Amino acid sequence: MSEPVLSVENLSVRIAGLHILQGVSFEVAPTGVTVLLGRNGVGKTTTLRAIVGLTPRNGEVRGTIRMGARSLLARPTHRLVRDGLGYVPEDRCVFAGLTVAENLRLAERRGTTPAYDKVFALFPELDRRGRQRAGSLSGGQQQMLAIGRVLLNDNRLLLIDEPTKGLAPKVVTEVAEVLERVAESVPVLLVEQNLAVVRRLARDAVVLSTGKVAWTGDAQELLLETALTKSLLGVGSEVAESARSESGPRAAQSRTKDGIA
Amino acid sequence: MTEVKSPEVAAPPEAVPDELTPGHSRWLGLRPYAPLAALVVAAILPYSTLNLPGVFEGPLNSPGTLQLLAICLVFGGLAAGYDLLFGRTGMLSFGHALYFAAGVYGTDILITRFGLPLWQAALFTVVGGAILAALLGAVALRTVGIAFAMVTLAFAQVGAILVARDFGGLTGGEEGLPLDVSGLPSALVGVANTVNLYWLALAYLTLVVFVVHRVSGSPTGRVLAGLRDDERRIGVLGLDPYRFKLVAFALAGGLATAGGVVYCLIVGGASPHVTSSELTLSLLVMVVLGGPGTRWGPVLGGILYMYLDHRLTAFGTSDAVNSLPAFLSHPLSQPLFVLGTVFILAVYFFPGGLASLRSRLTPVLAALRRR
Amino acid sequence: MSTVILLALTGLGLAALYFLVASGLSLVFGLADVLNFAHGLFLGVGAYATWWAAGNLPGAGPGGFGFVVAVAFGVLAGALVAVLVELVLIRPLYSRTIEQVLVTVGLSLAGVALLQATWGADPRPFPRPAWTREVTSILGANVPNAGLLLIIAAVLVLGGLLAFLRFTRYGLIIRAGVENREMVTALGIDVRKAFTLVFAIGGAAAALAGALGGVYFGTVSPGQGGSLLIFAFIVVVIGGMGSVVGSAYAAVAVGLLQQFVNYYGTSGLGDLCVVGLLAVVLLLRPQGLAGKVAHA
Repeated sequence: MSEPVLSVENLSVRIAGLHILQGVSFEVAPTGVTVLLGRNGVGKTTTLRAIVGLTPRNGEVRGTIRMGARSLLARPTHRLVRDGLGYVPEDRCVFAGLTVAENLRLAERRGTTPAYDKVFALFPELDRRGRQRAGSLSGGQQQMLAIGRVLLNDNRLLLIDEPTKGLAPKVVTEVAEVLERVAESVPVLLVEQNLAVVRRLARDAVVLSTGKVAWTGDAQELLLETALTKSLLGVGSEVAESARSESGPRAAQSRTKDGIA
Repeated sequence: MTEVKSPEVAAPPEAVPDELTPGHSRWLGLRPYAPLAALVVAAILPYSTLNLPGVFEGPLNSPGTLQLLAICLVFGGLAAGYDLLFGRTGMLSFGHALYFAAGVYGTDILITRFGLPLWQAALFTVVGGAILAALLGAVALRTVGIAFAMVTLAFAQVGAILVARDFGGLTGGEEGLPLDVSGLPSALVGVANTVNLYWLALAYLTLVVFVVHRVSGSPTGRVLAGLRDDERRIGVLGLDPYRFKLVAFALAGGLATAGGVVYCLIVGGASPHVTSSELTLSLLVMVVLGGPGTRWGPVLGGILYMYLDHRLTAFGTSDAVNSLPAFLSHPLSQPLFVLGTVFILAVYFFPGGLASLRSRLTPVLAALRRR
Repeated sequence: MSTVILLALTGLGLAALYFLVASGLSLVFGLADVLNFAHGLFLGVGAYATWWAAGNLPGAGPGGFGFVVAVAFGVLAGALVAVLVELVLIRPLYSRTIEQVLVTVGLSLAGVALLQATWGADPRPFPRPAWTREVTSILGANVPNAGLLLIIAAVLVLGGLLAFLRFTRYGLIIRAGVENREMVTALGIDVRKAFTLVFAIGGAAAALAGALGGVYFGTVSPGQGGSLLIFAFIVVVIGGMGSVVGSAYAAVAVGLLQQFVNYYGTSGLGDLCVVGLLAVVLLLRPQGLAGKVAHA
């Protein structure tokens, strides 16, 4: 097997006294989509945020996270991102008061040419709606914008958190198509609840259960084993077939509005 | 963003005073009685004629020294009450001066303008102060964090304006309102009876410490601590954060009002500076210097702050300071400059305040004993 | 009629003063979550630096172009002090909101005491061009020129700030950061540089308020910033944290309300009405007139 693009070893995260991650280890392959699965509140979002350095200040992170030979812990978020870690957060987090064009312009960096042609080829809608305020876009369009602004720059790895959450079934398919094309050129670590999307995209899977890794391996194999899926994820595959329109209630600790709870 | 951090463990100080090391284990057995002993010492202190040159201007039992000590004790109590909000519930109120001022002016006006006997004036004032705190708290607590701080600040400003503009001729405006002592019990009047005021202040401090201790040990206190650490968790438990915070706010307001009553008697009147936002800010400084959320930290912080505030004025005009070059002597003659600077340094280097000193010293002590 | 016009224009003059202080406070709070109690100090620094420059700085003086130089010096001093405060005191406590507030509280106490130690507690006469002491007749009302000067300055600052926020890269970062600071860093931007910038802008605006406030009141004293600061806080909360436009609206509302009620009612009643307005706005719209929710 070739060198992983990201390796997480013995990652522990404690936030406000709660031990959310308790020694999580896994690797992300240098190509394709690795999906991070698990029931609500097991720490999937916490894992992504720890990787990108956005654990809230009352949180404590231990363990090692490496991208290539470089350790990521203790480096500020903006540096990690400039080094090629693209992060698409849960709930999109587009800047609602800014226009679409301004949202994109914000992601531009000095010394590099932003790949507008690539982004607009994937999302022609963003080109047409440049002057519209991002807050007035539909959920699917906001998700396109959130992915698009990350793709303006070259990335070595994308972290994408629940991109299909709260979207209509038709839009879920569109997002999945886009992600499929994106994953052709850059590896993706994806948190996803919609098993239909997982089936379509994922090659490897990491399943978390109460702060620990419960299962790792081939994603397609996991999905074939109904009993395993059910015990690990709490869903039968027949439920998974239908696109989820709403995610269920989640534990409070995995959600912090701007990271400084 | 309202949470207050528990003291962070920092590098222990390098030098340890020798007298702190021996007899450590014996001291531990006596520790529960230490507050009682301190209370007894404080209570019999006025019988001492000890002269501490440089520390106090007269002997301990001189009226001047006793008055200063009484003021210090009142502010120790005020700081402990304020800590109920800041250190124990995580509420950053910038309007606490309002309730203290309500106590000072309420007592003064009811006695001087309306001729009420002291006990009635005190009772009405304290009840009124608590109700005022409950009403204003009910509005202010609709906001959280920094907005809450600003709103309480604005409410306190109303108090300052009301007092300064002298609506209805009650407050005496900028001049203040001297207390009419003719109707007071004779034991509280006159320079010779300062000692009784001192005891009154000590009783107030004891009351506040007792109340705060009881509250923080009760189930309510644990909910308040939970609010400080993570408000959402309390909400998840099905408890209404608003109601608990309102109770704490009204209680702290009532305690501050009671402090105002005592202060009014000690200084014999009211002056507009008790309404100023600087008073609240200094309460905050006292609590942070002492150690927020600890039992004795705020008390010590309050006592020490008021002592320094009074004594630094004398220090600033002393010959030692005057002989320094102007760029040093001028700032040093401003107590607020010294206290503000000390405060900033404390925020950086002593986040747990005075109360954290022992825990900072403990590892060092342990290391020394092992040797 | 002329009374109403006079009250409206002096009210707007007051509003201009509030806006100059509040706009910086609001931006600093909106972006960095720092409730800056030391903002009054920036105002004091601006006032004293202008006062000092008018008497001592070569080329500066109490009238004509010299006065412009003196004010520019004051504004520069305010911005410089603000940047130093941010770099030395605020930045090491990055995202530790309560400690940052505490530090600015300590700074406001120590800073004002330092001004007092250096120049004394008593108000000093402020140097000002002769024309600012005169009045201009507008629709029959004799309006003090100093008030008009404040209004013009505030309008220029408002326009400049809006243009800056709208058309520059840093303006974009600040607007985005007010909405969601974390996401700005997640796009690879070092948001702390923007912090320093808003402190500089806020410090400069407050210093301008100090200098022009000195012209308006005719004197300068160490405590001047503190009393203005409380009303500026009220303006910020009413206007909505982080919103420059909201601050402008709120400043006008507060200034006019205060002036009219203080004139037609009892003196001081206007100040109370302002706090009443604050309570009403909070009950109806906790996030202020414009701007983000003042969350914890």
